Amino acid sequence: MTSRQSGASAFFWLLFSGGGTASAMILPALVIVTGIAVPAGWVSESSLLDLVRNPLTRLVLVGLVFLFLFHWAHRFRYALVDLGLRRLGKQAWIFYGLALGGTLIASVAALRL
Amino acid sequence: MTAQYTRPLPRSWWLRKANYFVFMLRELTSVAVFAYAIFLIVVMWQAADAASFSGLFETLHEPLSIAIHLLLLVLALIHTGTWIALTPKVVVLWQDDEQVDPDLVAGMNGVAWLVVSGLILWLVLA
Repeated sequence: MTSRQSGASAFFWLLFSGGGTASAMILPALVIVTGIAVPAGWVSESSLLDLVRNPLTRLVLVGLVFLFLFHWAHRFRYALVDLGLRRLGKQAWIFYGLALGGTLIASVAALRL
Repeated sequence: MTAQYTRPLPRSWWLRKANYFVFMLRELTSVAVFAYAIFLIVVMWQAADAASFSGLFETLHEPLSIAIHLLLLVLALIHTGTWIALTPKVVVLWQDDEQVDPDLVAGMNGVAWLVVSGLILWLVLA
């Protein structure tokens, strides 16, 4: 393995690790908000809309989408290799490309609010 | 260069032992992380227009949405639990010449998770 390759894989591993920590800390609470608190009526539509439209919230959400997607890209492609889908899992650009594309769409969504 | 030999392995190897299955389940929690990231994009996209956001808010009351969320919650909790359990292996702390108890490192991450979760719920529900 060349040093350039190992530099890139260290970079993607850092994103995987950062995204893993961010999702471990934050995801259960977010799922409880949209999956339990909203249907139970603990949070009003207008207050949730205000929160999502807040510039700081938008910035945080784009950051979370970025980290979540790169965490998924790394972990899922290696899981595919382990599941015997070696060829698909080795196409790194598909997974990291989707993660990058999703982050760009999230940025556009945050800016058009 | 000769081709690398890969020992053939049946695709169902991870169904053979309980700990193989837990490993694969742990890796596949990343699908829940992916799904929620896509959902966050949709939330932000719909929030640009109050009427669209209203439609999304109504959808969150549907039984199917609640069921999917409960499944995501189970996977998210498996991810949180297994991730925190691994932290002492990634972060090895030393105090003077003694290694800090791995359970303490994991425990502190567990406390951090509870604090962060509490803050998010307080921020949204208060």
